Amino acid sequence: MENYLNLTATQARAALQKKEISATELTHAYIQAAEATKALNNYVCMTADKALEMAASSDKRIADGNAGPLEGLPIGVKDLFCTTGVETTACSAILKGFVPTYESTVTSQLWRDGAVMLGKLNCDEFAMGSANETSVFGPAVNPWSTDGGADLAAGGSSGGSASSVAAGSALMATGTDTGGSIRQPAAFCGVVGMKPTYGRCSRWGIVAFASSLDQAGPFTRDVADSALMFASMAGHDAKDSTSADAALPDLHAALQASVKGMKIGIPKEYVMEGMDEAITALWQQGQEWLVEAGAELVPISLPHTRYALPTYYIIAPAEASSNLARYDGVRYGARVEAGQSLDDMYEATRAAGFGDEVQRRIMIGTYALSAGYYDAYYLKAQQVRRLIKNDFDEAFEKVDAILTPATPSAAFPLGVKQDDPITMYLNDVFTVPANLAGIPGISVPAGYSDTGLPLGLQVLSGAFREDTLYKVAACLEKQAGFTGQPPRHALAAR
Amino acid sequence: MSVDKDTVKKIARLARLDVPEERQEQIAGELNAILSWIEELGEVDTSAVEPLASVTGHSLPLRTDKITDGNKVDDILANAPEQASGFFVVPKVVE
Repeated sequence: MENYLNLTATQARAALQKKEISATELTHAYIQAAEATKALNNYVCMTADKALEMAASSDKRIADGNAGPLEGLPIGVKDLFCTTGVETTACSAILKGFVPTYESTVTSQLWRDGAVMLGKLNCDEFAMGSANETSVFGPAVNPWSTDGGADLAAGGSSGGSASSVAAGSALMATGTDTGGSIRQPAAFCGVVGMKPTYGRCSRWGIVAFASSLDQAGPFTRDVADSALMFASMAGHDAKDSTSADAALPDLHAALQASVKGMKIGIPKEYVMEGMDEAITALWQQGQEWLVEAGAELVPISLPHTRYALPTYYIIAPAEASSNLARYDGVRYGARVEAGQSLDDMYEATRAAGFGDEVQRRIMIGTYALSAGYYDAYYLKAQQVRRLIKNDFDEAFEKVDAILTPATPSAAFPLGVKQDDPITMYLNDVFTVPANLAGIPGISVPAGYSDTGLPLGLQVLSGAFREDTLYKVAACLEKQAGFTGQPPRHALAAR
Repeated sequence: MSVDKDTVKKIARLARLDVPEERQEQIAGELNAILSWIEELGEVDTSAVEPLASVTGHSLPLRTDKITDGNKVDDILANAPEQASGFFVVPKVVE
């Protein structure tokens, strides 16, 4: 069984087609792996029976010659995607017991293409966090560790997605990325995480955090798998008015193509004081790899980079405070009866149902949108957001893609950054700009920290140019030859 | 711009969050730390910059004004904490 778990999705698909394994066997192996790695706290809800039913249907379709592009491949779903008949909580107490009567567009497309659902994955509460520590179920744990070291953060908000793909308890997983929630945990766990162009994947049926920034994307073991899963997740959806009606570029061709002659921008503003030396060295190494493969490096400037985080921490909480107004104890979720009036019930329900970080962001957002402060905060942030986007627009007139580190550090121990919200926010310094500009970004595992933890490089490209993104990512993957996996025996011993 | 206890009380009311008296001081401190960090944006000259509300630049699509969905009362009420006769039930709002 063990060797099934080492296959990439592309390899598993080939083995399924050749009938070397069945979808049922593969799914069994993943269910067992998920049970064996329970201590990582990746799954908040396992759907083993449903998975085996779906696998049996996949086996039938394979036998009939009707296999879809993801036929029989077992995947995990971030608990932010609504799944029919399966509890969906956004890892918040306020949504405990919520069982959707509808399916998100993205997951319905995955099932349409034959994928098998293993269960729902841990994440930060309403995707607000960078260490998966705000989840009402407790943090997902990174399967990597230093020798005898403490439990490490899997990153966030999609911590369970990254950790399960790294630990071999899901072949692939869905995530969402509002400020780095796919790319940062992917880097921390040594897997590939991609945030598509804003509008590529429908937001319909995904619990909303900040609607002008949220995008769904895939977590996979390698770059080819990422393109495979992304192609299923993407597509125009009339039910999301911001969904883009744009054809996907040829991703398969992009994976085979050379980066020869491509211009890669190196932004000078991404040199951070106090950044891990191994990350600086890896960034340098990544540049050399691309040059060796025939690309040309172009120094560029993205002058408003340093304003990205403060801009994000106005826009995201403002949109969140509005989106989360719907949790009122009337239509779904938990209700706390208190006082006499409807308002008393609202206030008690929301105070009991939301965790500290979510309440903090609702308060910030409400303040930024309140009378007298709207212009100073929200309008100002929207103006700076335009300048940040303009920086990228100008850069992409000169270069095809941009190479940066994915994170300013490797995975940190759980519990250490909880006291100061701003220290935690700084994790997203390299990932937030792409969300503000709406452009795609990918984190590719490419090296190790001094203590042997995985590190990622980030590639950014122009809007709707995921082909360019995958072209550069595939080159980095090949040159880096990153084959690292968290030791399985260490996982078994947990 | 500094947030005090009274402002916290006011924002909490607007956000429909019951923030107990003893937590208000602490929350004021947290909000001030975040807001002073955000103040950095004041350095940027945005006097001639149009605010950006949508990155795609697309205008919102219009659809025909036709009913395409409905008759889902049971689905809609399925997760309600309290319901009766096809309605959501809330504490009494009219005397």
